[in-house]
Amino acid sequence: MIYLDNNATTQVDKEVLQVMLPYLETEYANPSSMYDFAKKPAEALKIAREQLRDFYGAEDVKEIFFTSCGSESANMAIKGALNCNKSKRHIITTKIEHPCVLNTYKVFEKEGYKVDYISVNSEGQLDVDELKEKVTKDTALVSVMWANNEIGVINPVEEIAEIVKSKSPDTVFFVDGVQAAGKIPIVVRDTQIDMVGVSGHKFHAPKGVGGLYVNKKCRLTPLINGGHQERGMRAGTENVPYIAGMGKAAELAKDSLSYEASEVKRLRDKLEQGILKNVFNARLNSSLINRVPNTTNIGFEYVEGELILLHLSDYGICASSGSACTSGSLEPSHVLRAMGIPFTALHGSIRFSLSRFTKEKDIDYVIEKMPVIMDKLTKISPFQDELNALRNLRK
Amino acid sequence: MWEYSEKVLDHYRNPRNVGKIDDADLIGEAGSLACGDSLKLYIKLDGEKIKDAKFLTFGCGSAVASSSILTEMIIGKTLDEVRQITNKDIADELGGLPQEKMHCSVMGQEALEDALKKYYGKDVEIGFAKSSSDKVVCTCFNVTENQIWEAIKINGLKTVEEVTNYTKAGGACGRCKGAIQDILNTYYKKQENESKLTPTQKILKIGKVIEQEISPQLQKDGGDIELVDIEGDIVKVKLIGVCSSCKNASMTLKTFVESILKTKVDSNITVEQV
Repeated sequence: MIYLDNNATTQVDKEVLQVMLPYLETEYANPSSMYDFAKKPAEALKIAREQLRDFYGAEDVKEIFFTSCGSESANMAIKGALNCNKSKRHIITTKIEHPCVLNTYKVFEKEGYKVDYISVNSEGQLDVDELKEKVTKDTALVSVMWANNEIGVINPVEEIAEIVKSKSPDTVFFVDGVQAAGKIPIVVRDTQIDMVGVSGHKFHAPKGVGGLYVNKKCRLTPLINGGHQERGMRAGTENVPYIAGMGKAAELAKDSLSYEASEVKRLRDKLEQGILKNVFNARLNSSLINRVPNTTNIGFEYVEGELILLHLSDYGICASSGSACTSGSLEPSHVLRAMGIPFTALHGSIRFSLSRFTKEKDIDYVIEKMPVIMDKLTKISPFQDELNALRNLRK
Repeated sequence: MWEYSEKVLDHYRNPRNVGKIDDADLIGEAGSLACGDSLKLYIKLDGEKIKDAKFLTFGCGSAVASSSILTEMIIGKTLDEVRQITNKDIADELGGLPQEKMHCSVMGQEALEDALKKYYGKDVEIGFAKSSSDKVVCTCFNVTENQIWEAIKINGLKTVEEVTNYTKAGGACGRCKGAIQDILNTYYKKQENESKLTPTQKILKIGKVIEQEISPQLQKDGGDIELVDIEGDIVKVKLIGVCSSCKNASMTLKTFVESILKTKVDSNITVEQV
């Protein structure tokens, strides 16, 4: 099996699993309890919080909160900030956010908030000038993802934070860091970013655990009320084994950032160039610059994405598609549509996302098989004239 | 991950009859590139019989499988026979499709109807096929009232979500969901009126349909049918002549006799052989 869908989820690192196991087996005490038996789990939370603080480059461990996933982090940040200060009624985000942000914004839009969705260009880069124009003193919150899940494009969130704060110091700036964490540094120190959410399973921790950095100055209303856990900001007995695992995963991810930037990037570029060179109906769906090192999104013109995935799967290759058919929705990816990807390639867009566990021979195998698959699938397409024109163009 | 039947897997992996027939007598088209799937069906005739059929499809695994199996279903059949094929038949032949993928089988039926329309002329009413007077309900996917009506009728759809699964209508902006609900309401109101037949009226109607519409068809093949009894919605019949010894008798009962009685009299009818 060749796993190139690491933006969907990642394999748990063996070292991470080792850190988790004691808390699933013998060290099961509630970390809030008052006996010695609870010391180890309590200590595990402390270590993990410090590991995450270091991962974020945050100043204080009090700025780190554990959640159950990336979506919860986004909900906690957005709802928490807006419910804390209801006087401002304008919020801003981008057209290419993850549904966990977009659909949370929709909730407030229905409540009467004015929402601006900022555009991207054909390479997926955010129109920062448009965003700058929209920020006013009445803007309660701005949300911009650090990196996009489908195309990997990195947004200049440090710069955007400066812009937002210079125009309106009270406006809260949340960054969905889920797809950046573990791929590029997500250092908040010396920035004006208020909050950053991450999800453990995107950087080799298991599913079911996430994190949220909240700057000390930022005020939130808790999403989950109950006990005193997370200093009253997120009630519920802490998921000790998973939190411990995410802490370790964050430490390992930070140590691997240079490997991501060099080796993972080299393999990604090799895969991308290999496919673009060998497959006549392939086109790149994102910017060449300013991307996370592990992601490429390639459109195969006049062939449908789910069909490509099924045939890739028959070769043991796992990837994903922005096509309508794969999601169960009838519309293709909102990200690719926001970029204005022509519909000839829109439905046939495939995302390959690598990790530090990806092997060179796997990449070579995909480069070898992709033209074979496409040769078969283009023969089924009703758009033979258009395909022939593309073929001739390449000659 | 979709749960595809073995047959769907086989047909998208090894699609049959892929390609174009250069001197095709009939070409049927459905769907569009912008909407995410499209099908071109080529038919070569030998008199009234379909001698060969090929297809080219842009679409997902189930769209390719639906197209592929459709060509197998129509080759060797007469045009009159293939006129009866519905999207449900295509899905059934594939061993079923996931609910969200039923629109792929509808695309197969639409392409077939589009081809047949060219043969029978525009005035003949055939299932889903669009006519110029037909009102577009879903502008995102260009789905008409007639298409939605047919999908409801053939597949017994009850909810807006089901209509979306089968026709795509309402699957993008969702503005037409109210209109789809109206069509559903009208359809079931109409059906309710129809089903208000008294038991005697129903028995008479069943007898009449068998006598006038089913029996003549079977007689053509040297067989016939006899109405034995009616118990509520269960219609008991006896196949006679060559039909009684035919190995496809149970299929004839289900796909032909039962489906005609369902559409003409009551959708709850089941047919049993005695």
